[in-house]
Amino acid sequence: MIEKALHGDKGYWSWVTFLMAVIGIGFLAYMRQLEYGLTTTGLSRDVTWGFYIAQFTFMVGVAASAVMVVLPYYLHNYKAFSKLTILGEFIAIPSVIVCMLFIFVDMGQPFRVLNVMLHPTPNSLMFWDMTVLGGYLLLNVVISQITLDAERKGIAPPKWIKPVIYLSIPWAVSIHTVTAFLYSGLAARSFWMTAVLAPRFLASAFSAGPALLILLFFVMRKFTKFDAGKESVQKLALIVTYAMAVNVFLVLMEVFTAVYSSIPEHMHHLEYLYLGMDGHTRLVPWMWASSILAIISLVLLIVPKFRKSEGILIVACIVTIGSLWIDKGLGMVIAGFIPSPLGAVTEYWPTWNEFAISMGVYAIGALMVTVFYKMTLTVRHQLYTEIDREVQKTAASRG
Amino acid sequence: MGIDRRKFLTLAGVSALTVIGNKVSGVVPGANSEDVMFVPDKPALTGSRWAMVFDARKCLEEKNCTKCIEACHKVHNVPQFDNPKDEIKWVWKENFENTFPTQEFENVTEQLKDKPFIVMCNHCDNPPCVRVCPTQSTWKREKDGIVMMDMHRCIGCRYCVAACPYGSRSFNWRDPRPFIKETNPEFPTRTRGVVEKCNFCADLLAKGKLPACVTACDKGALVFGDLEDPESEVRKLLKDRFAIRRKPALGTNPQVYYLV
Repeated sequence: MIEKALHGDKGYWSWVTFLMAVIGIGFLAYMRQLEYGLTTTGLSRDVTWGFYIAQFTFMVGVAASAVMVVLPYYLHNYKAFSKLTILGEFIAIPSVIVCMLFIFVDMGQPFRVLNVMLHPTPNSLMFWDMTVLGGYLLLNVVISQITLDAERKGIAPPKWIKPVIYLSIPWAVSIHTVTAFLYSGLAARSFWMTAVLAPRFLASAFSAGPALLILLFFVMRKFTKFDAGKESVQKLALIVTYAMAVNVFLVLMEVFTAVYSSIPEHMHHLEYLYLGMDGHTRLVPWMWASSILAIISLVLLIVPKFRKSEGILIVACIVTIGSLWIDKGLGMVIAGFIPSPLGAVTEYWPTWNEFAISMGVYAIGALMVTVFYKMTLTVRHQLYTEIDREVQKTAASRG
Repeated sequence: MGIDRRKFLTLAGVSALTVIGNKVSGVVPGANSEDVMFVPDKPALTGSRWAMVFDARKCLEEKNCTKCIEACHKVHNVPQFDNPKDEIKWVWKENFENTFPTQEFENVTEQLKDKPFIVMCNHCDNPPCVRVCPTQSTWKREKDGIVMMDMHRCIGCRYCVAACPYGSRSFNWRDPRPFIKETNPEFPTRTRGVVEKCNFCADLLAKGKLPACVTACDKGALVFGDLEDPESEVRKLLKDRFAIRRKPALGTNPQVYYLV
């Protein structure tokens, strides 16, 4: 079916070439990292996880959010999403692969990474994270393959796929829960050691993921013949709204618990993020930007008049993703290490090399989404043309 | 076929003769049985629960002393980097306030305030680093409680670094070998991309020696021994004097004790 992605207009090929170029630069940067080691990143003895792991965390959320189109259709028979589930799955697959790549590029000894399977360790959350991510990838590959194939042939998908799809729903929740457990089970890092981390991760994922999907639909409507339809876009916008509201609520819960209890270990990290510490303020403007964007996002999403206007909805989605990305793709991971367990404030910022590798990984994801969407849309387009022809033929023979 | 039967036999014969000849004349290193057998100078030191006791008073008698740190880092080929970002350390000095963040207060005794304490891996009884490691590259040795590290299996994910509440673990951000002043052939050097930390000198204990830091300290500020042995010096010290441990509330049960 992949051959369907090999035909496209000039715009399509320019986009693909651009992505290939970014991947190429990322690859060269990775070769450099492989040669010199992770010293090419901004990481240090005190801040040992940074941009890569933060992007991994953010993208696990995007992967999990596919469930927001799958669940309403399969569990609530919400028909408007019938044509969207596969597009959700085709976001999930590249996202999981992006996650795995971000973990891979973060490894000090990447060629030993299969030791995780060679010496399976159930007491390590990282082992479980690898297991659930691998399982989620497999589920989505199987489901999308079977359903798209059925659609291409114009037949109903086989019955056995239903339970597999049902299984994929709690599985999506599990990938982000286990990812949160990676952090929230560490007594050493009080910033992460909170029971609302997993719920918060899910809320931000179910907000950022569908927001991204809405933006993709608008892009597709502009450049292709595909139209997701006003109803489904509005329904997704509603999901974004509720999830964002829950996310902001949970963030405020965290702030209250830490600040009112005034336990220094819990307060210090928030202090570093929002006020700066010992003159170190690198993340402060970012975190305030995230908070302001969150407020704008909520206003634009909650007021029905704004949400229902297409132009404003696009802005709202961009603002939502921006706010959540800063929070999760920047602040959340880094602040866990600042201050260090010994009270040292060592700041972190990704290097250009690190950034280039990250962009390369993202470009691989974007290329996969492009190819998968192209495949799906071509299949559908051909199908509809055929149906049209049949209809015309029948009409002609009758007339 | 590059080699026929005749050639093979000739080659095999010559090789065999060379080996036998060398063995007789004793040229081949290691051919002598005394070289091959491992004969320790002393029997290994064994214990059921190794622990370290740090006597702050004795340590502070000697200001600016770094003998224990130097000894440890020399024995274990710990590199010295100029850039603090790449830093690797097994044993180092940390102010009282940072060593015991929950114990400090403004008017704490002069004896402690801003004073350096020696810190290292606590070889916890309930080590969080071991719990999180996805490859069992780090584990608690059942026979004596030392938290060991297999630097050949470590994938460099740094989950253990995130899990350690004491900042005891270092990662090799770059190739450490060019930064080792004088390589000790008795202990392996590391490759980039793996985690390392204090090993309570498991290598020296096996040779019947005390940890390098303990031996290096003239003042006797570091005392090493078996907690399971009621006659051991560490047990006696802990019985006689009040000791504290780092972040006991986390339930890690650290095995480095501080007499204050």
